Amino acid sequence: MSERVFVTGTGIVSAIGFDCEETASALKLSASGIGRITHLNTVYKEEIPVAEVKATDKELMEMAGIQQAGFFSRTTLLGIIAARQALLQADIKDIKAYKTGMVSATTVGGMDRSERFFKKFIIDNSRGRLRDIITHDCGDSTERIADTLGIKDYLATISTACSSSANAILLGSRLIKNGILDRVIVGGTDALTLFTLNGFNSLMILDKNGCKPFDEERNGLTLGEGAGFLVIESERSVRKDHKEVLCEITGYGNACDAFHQTASSPEGEGAYLSMKKALDVAGLEPGRIDYINAHGTGTKNNDLSEGIAIERLFDKNVPLCSSTKSFTGHTLGAAGAIEAVLCVMAIRNRWIYPNLFFRQKMTELAFSPVTDFQYNKPVRHVMSNSFGFGGNNTSLIFSGS
Amino acid sequence: MKAYIQSIGAISPQNTFTGEGFLQEVMAYHHADYLKCIEPAYIDFMDPMASRRMSRIVKMGVCAALKCLRDAGIDNPGAIVTGTGLGCIADTEKFLGSLYANEEKLLNPTPFIQSTHNTVAAAIALMLKCKNYNNTFVHRGFSFEDALLDGLMLLQEHSASNVLVGGLDELTDHSYTITSRLGLWKKQSLDNLRLLDYKDDGSLPGEGVAFFLLSESKSEKSLAKINAVSTFYKPDSHAEAERKIQDFVSTHLGDIANVDFVITGMNGDRVADEVYHHLGRTLFSRLPCGYYKHLCGEYDTSSSFALYLASMILKTQQVPVVLKCDDKPVGKMKNILIYNHLRSVNHGIFLVSTC
Repeated sequence: MSERVFVTGTGIVSAIGFDCEETASALKLSASGIGRITHLNTVYKEEIPVAEVKATDKELMEMAGIQQAGFFSRTTLLGIIAARQALLQADIKDIKAYKTGMVSATTVGGMDRSERFFKKFIIDNSRGRLRDIITHDCGDSTERIADTLGIKDYLATISTACSSSANAILLGSRLIKNGILDRVIVGGTDALTLFTLNGFNSLMILDKNGCKPFDEERNGLTLGEGAGFLVIESERSVRKDHKEVLCEITGYGNACDAFHQTASSPEGEGAYLSMKKALDVAGLEPGRIDYINAHGTGTKNNDLSEGIAIERLFDKNVPLCSSTKSFTGHTLGAAGAIEAVLCVMAIRNRWIYPNLFFRQKMTELAFSPVTDFQYNKPVRHVMSNSFGFGGNNTSLIFSGS
Repeated sequence: MKAYIQSIGAISPQNTFTGEGFLQEVMAYHHADYLKCIEPAYIDFMDPMASRRMSRIVKMGVCAALKCLRDAGIDNPGAIVTGTGLGCIADTEKFLGSLYANEEKLLNPTPFIQSTHNTVAAAIALMLKCKNYNNTFVHRGFSFEDALLDGLMLLQEHSASNVLVGGLDELTDHSYTITSRLGLWKKQSLDNLRLLDYKDDGSLPGEGVAFFLLSESKSEKSLAKINAVSTFYKPDSHAEAERKIQDFVSTHLGDIANVDFVITGMNGDRVADEVYHHLGRTLFSRLPCGYYKHLCGEYDTSSSFALYLASMILKTQQVPVVLKCDDKPVGKMKNILIYNHLRSVNHGIFLVSTC
């Protein structure tokens, strides 16, 4: 239990870009990825905005370098694109040189294809193309990404709703610390589906005008899609290969709100505990955190509960804080990993991101989120929050040198 | 990494939950297409209001977890970790069905809420008001193995002194129809206890839930000790699988001769069982071997049922005849090896010993 965990590569694809560079440009320009539905075939096309990845499945296949048509869900394709970038940046040429595993996260898995199957299947159980259902389960996407990259030593898939990929990063870090693996590709991927769009719509928590996290007038979340992956490595492999380190994962905390299946507790107990645990693991006082990338979905409930928990923990000294979900939308199982990649970029470049579409401070809170893109800020320790249905809350801390 | 199994709550097609003793009365299913769980009286564990709101898999999961905790005398475990291959598929199907039937309008959100894979782990935490570590693994035949490894790591890290780990999967009419079309099951109905007599392709589908309370220290309640768990993925050959198992045993136990009984995942499928036959001729040639899928059927987290069996064998020092697949004599049980794979892709190995 002494080993440190280093990030050596990152990959990202979301509504605001197909790699880190495009993502950074969009963030600097305050260019949100939220817009009209173009790919998803739903009755809500004109009504509910989303943050779609601006490519068809076919275009994603080309980007992912997949020739074999028909067996890759959109979730998997997004995952391959992001994971490939992470490996490239980490300069991993021989995947077998070290004991390497993959921990991926997803909430819908291959649901984008299952939906096509199910539509025919429910009318007649002998109908529906079987190739559309074999990609349904969450493990399918992880295996296809791992097979594409040649990862074999350890595979896991985590699904804890909206904190899924934060838990993948947490687990990967612990697998390294426990000496089980030298390197882990950690992250998550989720595509937009009718299932999730209608699910969140039935809960009446989708903002018809796009999300406004931490705003007094916020009215719900906006769904997004995408993938984020990080290469994390042990001290041993980093030293041996003289690797360039992007940052270190110093803290992680997982706690359960145990309050309600979908709602967060009014006092933000689970959020408070996960942030507190992460600080304890990192051995940091709250005052050392320079920036919080909040879960900040834009729902009445989450932002209040999270905001109260942040004020409980940081008291009057709340660090610079923003939610980037008004850029990427809420990418569910991918959110923790996408935001982790943004945190790594913030540390590397001394950036703080704006909380787009924020206008008016919440009456219940003393702090307001950052509203403009800030350069040359001292960003050493960053906290990233991910909270999910079932009260599954996870906080991560990334630290620069 | 080691842990003591303090108690088990298992709901399966056998009398594992309420039945007296250990497999005293084996459930034989004739002309079966699948094996389904014998569901307990939920009223003994939760109020009827709560029970009505829960789907079948959530009820089974919560009930098995609560029994496990009750038997261990633990109110609030240090962590809750579940593994499930397909999660809450009944609610997933229900929500998809209503989505199409109602053309996306005026949908009841309850099945959506309960469809997420972490529903059972969350429902347990909610009932116990347990604010500790909570995680859910959803990787096919690795789901339970990955969950168990997470639990063992938590104990090793001293993040918790006890952890509740469970494997769970349900079979629904739709999932049975779909997997039948995929050719996973035998074409004809069969007698479960004769599963290995049908020499054709396919297996017998099943389902089950098994929760284990693991602790870092031993007590008078301890049933067995988990010495190690490991997985491997898509081995190139039977020989590679053999090497992986050999390495695992060498690392954690030394000589293979120290294994007193092997529980294999034989499921009656001609191709899937080849690797077990290979091992029977090689690494396991001198060891008494058994199997379990005729009792619970094939499902993603069936190894949790095998872990229940291994624990009970070690505790009772009895190997029920129904588990054996050879005539080799069994003696005193100290170390049991479980080796199972799902569709030759996800392979899991466990080493379980007396306390």
